[in-house]
Amino acid sequence: MSQTIVIDPVTRIEGHSKITIQLDDRGEVVDAQFHVTQFRGFERITQGRPVHEMPALMARICGICPVSHLIASAKAVDDIMAVEPTPTGADLRRVMNLGQIVQSNALSFFHLSSPDLLFGFDGDPAQRNILGVAAANPQLARDGIGLRKWGQQIIEWLGGKRIHPEGIVPGGVAFRLTEEVRDRILAGVPEALAATERAIAWYKSDMLRWEEEATTLGNFRSAFMALVDRQGNVDHYGGWIKVIDADGHALADPIDPKHFNDYIGEAVEPWSYLKSTFWKPMGYPDGIYRVGPLARLNVAEKTGTPRADEELEKFRWRVGRVASSSFHYHYARLIDTLHAIEKIELLLRGPEITGPHTRSTAGINRNEGIGVSEAPRGTLMHHYKVDDDGLVEWVNLVIATGHNNMAMNRAVLQVARHYVKGDRLEESMLNRVESVIRCYDPCLSCSTHALGQMAIKIDLLAPDGRVLSQLAR
Amino acid sequence: MTVYTLKIDGRDVAGSEGQSIMDVAEENGIDIPGLCHLPGIHDRGACRLCVVKIGGSPRLAAACVTRIAEGMDVVAHDEELEEYRRAATEMMFLERNHVCAVCVANNHCELQELSADLGMTHFELPRISPTVDVDLSHKLFGLDHNRCILCLRCVRVCDEIEGAHVWDVMHRGLETRIQADMGVDWGDSATCTSCGKCVQVCPTGALFEKGRPVAAGTRDERPFLPWLRVHQEERGL
Repeated sequence: MSQTIVIDPVTRIEGHSKITIQLDDRGEVVDAQFHVTQFRGFERITQGRPVHEMPALMARICGICPVSHLIASAKAVDDIMAVEPTPTGADLRRVMNLGQIVQSNALSFFHLSSPDLLFGFDGDPAQRNILGVAAANPQLARDGIGLRKWGQQIIEWLGGKRIHPEGIVPGGVAFRLTEEVRDRILAGVPEALAATERAIAWYKSDMLRWEEEATTLGNFRSAFMALVDRQGNVDHYGGWIKVIDADGHALADPIDPKHFNDYIGEAVEPWSYLKSTFWKPMGYPDGIYRVGPLARLNVAEKTGTPRADEELEKFRWRVGRVASSSFHYHYARLIDTLHAIEKIELLLRGPEITGPHTRSTAGINRNEGIGVSEAPRGTLMHHYKVDDDGLVEWVNLVIATGHNNMAMNRAVLQVARHYVKGDRLEESMLNRVESVIRCYDPCLSCSTHALGQMAIKIDLLAPDGRVLSQLAR
Repeated sequence: MTVYTLKIDGRDVAGSEGQSIMDVAEENGIDIPGLCHLPGIHDRGACRLCVVKIGGSPRLAAACVTRIAEGMDVVAHDEELEEYRRAATEMMFLERNHVCAVCVANNHCELQELSADLGMTHFELPRISPTVDVDLSHKLFGLDHNRCILCLRCVRVCDEIEGAHVWDVMHRGLETRIQADMGVDWGDSATCTSCGKCVQVCPTGALFEKGRPVAAGTRDERPFLPWLRVHQEERGL
């Protein structure tokens, strides 16, 4: 008799979701689906609003990554106004975006994922959270909390508040950086670098423990997509979209982000509110690709900053030029963070960073605009159409987690096949199915479940819907 | 000029014949809330936030349009009045769609300040959530009916100070809207001089400068139309 296992909700991720695992008559896994069960509707509710409000409206999508949406949205409105932000304005946007990358990466690695890495995937769930980490490895917990705080402070000092800041506006930023604030941020750089390097050293020393997980947690061949600069290095703010295949070969010439629609398609499945994006030349569902920290490192030639490049070399020596296992997102996230900190310092030491010209102004000069940037979880695209007065008529958002949707589904299926044996529901299987999702750090909406205290419930269902057995935490 | 003596909240105060209770209260540092009231233009008693009790009268009176009289005993603050004001403020929020967090007037908004002062933490009545227009046709300014509380300061300042009388009121009840000229888009108005006084006096974010991001209202950047006060004095208001 075929059966269905449901994991609902999935914990320690941003937002709510559940997983269904379908067994066949012999108890073998035949399919697995990652459901996003919330509906937000931002593409509809913003219709009719003045386009200048869009960055602030879009920031409300998420309390973890408001800056990412602010950046992509402001860039889309820049495009509608047909202006370039002033160099100082663009650099200040970059600093805020990198502050966002640091704090969100820290949240993902230290708060949400390090409990699994420290205590093992089969460790006691009561201990397997950031408080448990604080008791067992206080330095690791302190580093994580400190890094997140520093990233959040950058956002607050520049944008006025940590969550939903207001500084990023169409044309640039709405504030001028004072030397005092610049120096205050710079004062935190050495400790942030040290904390990240301690975490990298700890991760590397412990890496071999996770050989099995690295092989089975989302280890498959796929394309990767990320933004790169003129030299082909990591760029979190602008540049070109580059897509490579599993062997590292470019699938197309670097793409102007404004033409992303020619290459990226979106498919809708009836069982999830999350759209699945695909590489158009390969079609759906073959055009699977991944975005995020792992993709950034796989796609780019280098990061472009010395300490991160040194770690990138070691990373590639350990896991290959194009890492295929989603488990390595954790490792990549740490190197991504290291690069972000170095880049923040470089930008803040620029001579014009405290200059007065922070914003370009213009009216509505085009009826359509596209803004693309790298969010912590991957490439983020905002696409708007407006009327001649600047009232929003149509919006499409392509979110990092959407790019990863097909990859997450494939990863869940792979894990389920490896760890689900017949109709036995074991905690270890549950943990690994959840943790493979956590590798992608999916951001499903705007809520934090940093302590992971929500219950997990799996139902084993007969085809007629009868509950055959239950496992609850 | 005749001088009257009266009591407001138990305090002995004095004012000249023709002054409103609101004027005398202001002169004596007694704060009576009001959103449609603006020194320098005629009062119209629209928002009903300045309602007070007058000894001997069975009805509440709007302090901005009620003239003082000798021996008047006015209660401007008590629990019952606060509740009336809170309810009136709540209904202003519910009639349209006010979302402070993403409003251009956030932290510069008189409606927001007032609701905080009144301790309004939630809505008890159901929302109406009407679908209303946003007019961005003017080259400099925008009008968002979602945020309009129909105080009609814009109508009065345009008529009495600028002398253009672009703004007026159309329809009735919940359908009431301010309109430019005879119901044209603001950008098509033949009478608007683009002076911006209406934007400056708007207590919420209903009238705003185009291109201003959220929470970047103009009110704190400029002295608040000082000539309004001069005009008031010239006219002996």
